[in-house]
Formats: sequence, structure tokens, C-alpha cells
Amino acid sequence: MTSLDLSTGSLRDVNAALQTAESGEFVITHPQGAHALACGLNASVEVKIEGPVGYYCAGMNQLATVLVDGNAGTGLAENIMSGSVTITGNAGQSAAATGHGGLVVIHGNASARCGISMKGVDIVVGGNVGHMSAFMAQAGNLVVLGDAGDDLGDSIYEARLFVRGSVASLGADCIEKEMRPEHLEFLTTCLTESGMDADVSGFRRYGSARTLYNFQPDDVDAASESTERSDG
Amino acid sequence: MSNEWHLQKSHTFSPEVMAEIRRAANTGVYSIRGFGAKRQLPNFDDLVFLGASMSRYPLEGYRESCGTDVVLGARNASEPIHLDIPVTIAGMSFGSLSANAKEALGRGASAVGTSTTTGDGGMTDEERSHSTKLVYQYLPSRYGMNPDDLRRADAIEVVVGQGAKPGGGGMLMGQKIDARVASMRTLPEGVDQRSACRHPDWTGPDDLEIKIIELREITGWRKPIYVKIGAARPYYDTALAVKAGADVVVVDGMQGGTAATQDVFIEHVGIPTLAAVPEAVRALKELGMHRTVQLIVAGGIRSGADVAKALALGADAVSIGTAALVAIGDNDPALDEEYRAIGSAAGYWDQYQAGNDPAGITTQDPVLASRLDPELAGRRLANYLKVLTLEAQTLARACGKSHVHNLEPQDLAALTVEAAAMAGVPLAGTTWIPGKDETDRESD
Repeated sequence: MTSLDLSTGSLRDVNAALQTAESGEFVITHPQGAHALACGLNASVEVKIEGPVGYYCAGMNQLATVLVDGNAGTGLAENIMSGSVTITGNAGQSAAATGHGGLVVIHGNASARCGISMKGVDIVVGGNVGHMSAFMAQAGNLVVLGDAGDDLGDSIYEARLFVRGSVASLGADCIEKEMRPEHLEFLTTCLTESGMDADVSGFRRYGSARTLYNFQPDDVDAASESTERSDG
Repeated sequence: MSNEWHLQKSHTFSPEVMAEIRRAANTGVYSIRGFGAKRQLPNFDDLVFLGASMSRYPLEGYRESCGTDVVLGARNASEPIHLDIPVTIAGMSFGSLSANAKEALGRGASAVGTSTTTGDGGMTDEERSHSTKLVYQYLPSRYGMNPDDLRRADAIEVVVGQGAKPGGGGMLMGQKIDARVASMRTLPEGVDQRSACRHPDWTGPDDLEIKIIELREITGWRKPIYVKIGAARPYYDTALAVKAGADVVVVDGMQGGTAATQDVFIEHVGIPTLAAVPEAVRALKELGMHRTVQLIVAGGIRSGADVAKALALGADAVSIGTAALVAIGDNDPALDEEYRAIGSAAGYWDQYQAGNDPAGITTQDPVLASRLDPELAGRRLANYLKVLTLEAQTLARACGKSHVHNLEPQDLAALTVEAAAMAGVPLAGTTWIPGKDETDRESD
């Protein structure tokens, strides 16, 4: 176990130590809301951050396991590729934005745009998510044990959204979908991996109606020609 | 006897306007196309150089040294980019362009010591391996974005906006979303992709400052970071980009091209490149950052004269997109018959979104794409870049400059009142700069 103290070391030094390690366990003390902490990790290291972090904590994470004991600012685990990022507190807006893979677990609430443009990441939120969550979500799963704010899943592609509580409103082209056995099975596994305890039968599923996937031009001229032909 | 005397054409409802009204009425969908603004705009042709005479000494046109190199990103990056020429290749995605076209751009640029740029769709191995200097775009969509590519790039360009559509996101129509493109972007095959117009995890310059720190932390403070803006409010946007920590600011005027956007956006949003450059330079000078933060100007650059004029107004380098595509074969008259078969003609082709480009450039069709020989096309681009550089050097020498960066606004005069006002140089034959009095000019 290596301890790194941000009250005495610089952000660059701490990140460089984490980014160059090939394995091992690290504890970061006195984070004091530092931005871009533990970002760009690319090895199977375990990092525990004792306290609150600022923007982009664990950004673009690959392989590493990061635990934040506290709250996180904007863009927690943005563009995560693999590994896992867990926080015990609340996350600011755009948590796990554009994440391509891996797992992000937020035990508290997540603010607006949680999972925006997500591309394969699994996100589990113990509390509520704010408005415009899963905006343009492309792939992956967003699991919300609490409530979702306005415009959930606006312009969504193929991501799956599971919400146990209420949904203030659905965004453009997002609809409720049937919960099938494979979805219950996924939720059971995902919640277990996340360390969350919830009855999976209480969730509802949302996804894309796929009506915005392609422009739908009219063709009045063709219709007119067709009518003329049929009249003839 | 002819009755044609009464056939009076309306300027308000011209045949072209009426054709568009009929097209809209027939389809219910706005017009989408590629290329850049086609309307007549004030541009660098409205400026002329004041060659050396009694008060200036010219340099000999061929032999005397006239430097063209430029260093980009030394403000904060430990590994700035050194270019041999002040002309770079603008961001164009694999997806909008074929893999062969991207390879050709890489080959041509590398041959003359300059950089190419990825686009909205991620980095391909082909373009990385054929580009000695590759700028990786960081876009709102984050399609294909991954930290491995970030680390293997030579610079990072945070795209806030694009000249063809400041305030708008990209488009890639379903015809071009084949299996490989869809996989790189994590999209369903065949979807009409509409990219996000704003970044998902930052809003405004204060957030961008932190985002840039994150990008620097991930890349060890080695890579230069550019911020690209579409020319709309270049004075404020340049100042805010500098404040956010940019090493390089890229200003793309409204003549800048696009792979696919609404025609109404291309023609009606943004300001001309000529008008944008002096405003960006003014911001840099007021901050004491001119030449410390480099300025790259894009949007309608066609010739060495355009290059030299942009540099004279204060740019450090320019970037070309449409001109590079023309150099490698876009709109080639040899393909006129094929362009006509798909409803266009050589010199007019702008349906980059359609995916059926006979030149094999703006397509993902493997048969069409195979028509473009990346080695030959790369040679054509290298030759064209050499000509741009030679022309810029010729003009610089004529003004007595031993480096193209020594060109200055005082080497220019304007041919129109509009250009004089936009460029901030005197109307030719006068001392008049509209909007500036003598006191202002002395303080410059």
C-alpha cells in the first residue's frame, strides 16, 4: 500500500505515480477537491481517494479500480474505457459521460446529464439522477435506484435505461419498454457487482423508439406520379 | 417577333430560390450538403500586397533565404510541433472520407513536413501510420475517443466549433455508416448520425480550463493543445480560448467546408475568414499572447497568396480542407460524365453526404474508394502544398521579408471598402481604414 498526500505533493506527481504503476494499491489523502485526479490510469492498480474530488476524477480510466470516499464534481469517470470507479457520495453533472466500458457506481445522487453520450459503460446510481441523463446515449446500461429528472434518454440510441423510481419526463424518442427475463437477469448481476441491494422486480426499462434514426423525407412528386399511373 | 422582352427575372425569387422552394415542398426535409459557403463573400482576393520599391528592399525571388517553418504549442507543451511549412491539413473524419483519402492526406502532408488532423469519428491506424505529425480532434460526440489514441497523437485539438456551422454539430448520413464506421462510433449501421453540438462534460471557458488540465495530465503535459472555434465572435472566443489554456487557437471562417450540414447553416451562420483574422489577432495582442499562442486560420484558403495574406494579418499558419480534397481529385473534370450521371457536374459536386463520390474520396463504398490511389493522390497533395509555400515565399520576398512570419499588415492594401474595414488595412491608394481614425492607427 502506497500513500500519496496531495497536501504535500503536486497533482502532477500524484498522477504520474499512478499512471506509471503497473500494479499495486494506493491511498490518496487530502484530495481537497482536486481536479483531474487519478485520470488516465491504464493498469490494474487499486486506488482509494480519501475525501472529495473535483472535476474529471478517474477520467478515461482503463483497467484500474478507483474508490472515492466522498463526493465528486463534474465529469466523474468521463470516457471510462474499462475497470471500475465507485464513489460513496454524490456526483456532479455529466458523471460517466461518453464512457465506452467498465463500471461506474455512485452510491449517492448524480446530477444532470448522468451517462450523457454513454457508449458502453454500465452506470449504477443508488439515488436519483438529474435532468437530461442518458442524453444521446449510444450503448451500455444506466441503472437508477431512485428517480430520474426531466428528459431522460433524449435522442437515445441503443443504451438501456432502468429506473426503479419515478421519471419526471422522457426525452425525444425515448419510450418505456417491456422488462424481459434477460433484463432482470442483467439487473441482478449488475446490482450484485455494484454492491447494491434492491429488488429487481421494481425497475422499469426505457430505450429508443428509433423513430429519429433516419430522416423521413416525403416524396410528393413520386406520390403524384403513382396516382397518375393508377388513374391511367 | 419575340415576346421575351417581358420575361423579367426576379432577384428575390430567382430560379434557384424557386427550385429550392419546390424541393422543400416536395420532401419536407431541409437541404443537406457538403462543401462550404458558395455565396460570394469578402475574401483575401480583396487584398493586395504592396511590393518593395523605394522604401523597402525586396529579396531575390528564388535564392535568398525565406523561412517557412513554424513551431506550434510551446506555451505549455514539452513536445511542441515543428512544421516545415505554415500550411496544415484540417480535421476531416474517416467516415466522411474514405480510408484511402485519409491515407493520401497523410502521405502528402508528411512529404512536406506538415501535419494532418483526425475528425469526428476517431483515429484510424491508416492515418496514424501515414502521418508523421497527427493532430487528434477532441469533439463533442467523442466518437471513437480513447486515451490510447490521445497518447499516440502529436497534438490535441479541442473542437468547439467549425466555420461551416458555428453552433452546430456534425452529420454523417446513413449511406456512409457502414459496419466499420458504425463500429468506430458505437452507432447502429445505416443511422443518419447527428453529432452533438456541445461538449458533454464542460460548458464555458472556466470548465474548459479544467478539461484542458485533464487532457494535459493524461498526456503528461507533452502534447500541444489547440482550441478550434468557428468564426462568429473571434475576438471574444480567442481571448477565452487563451484564458482556458490553449497553446494554439484555430479560427475557421465561414468558407470552411463540411462533410454534411444543412445548407441554411453553411450559408447563413458565421463570418468570413477575412473578417475573423484581425479580430483574433487583436485579442492575442491585447493579452500579450501574439506569437506565444499560435493562431491557425482556416476557411477558404486556396493559394499561396491566401496563405501570405493570412500570415500578414497575424496568423502563424493556415489550414486547408476543401483545397486539399480538390488537390487529391475531388471535382476532377475527368470525372464529369460520372458526376453528371448522379445529377451534378465536375466543379459543382457538393453532395459529400451521399456516399457515391466517383472520385472515391467522400465515400465508404469499397469499389468507389478503391479508385483513389493514395500514393498518387498523396504526391498531388505534396506538390500542391509545395506550390502554396513557394507562392507565399515569393510574395514575402517581394515585400523584403526573410521569413513568411515577417509579413505584416503594413504590406497590404484593400481593394474594397468592406475589405479595408474587415482587414484593418487602408483602401488602396488612400490612408483610409474605415472605422479607424488616425489616433487609433498610430497606437497600433
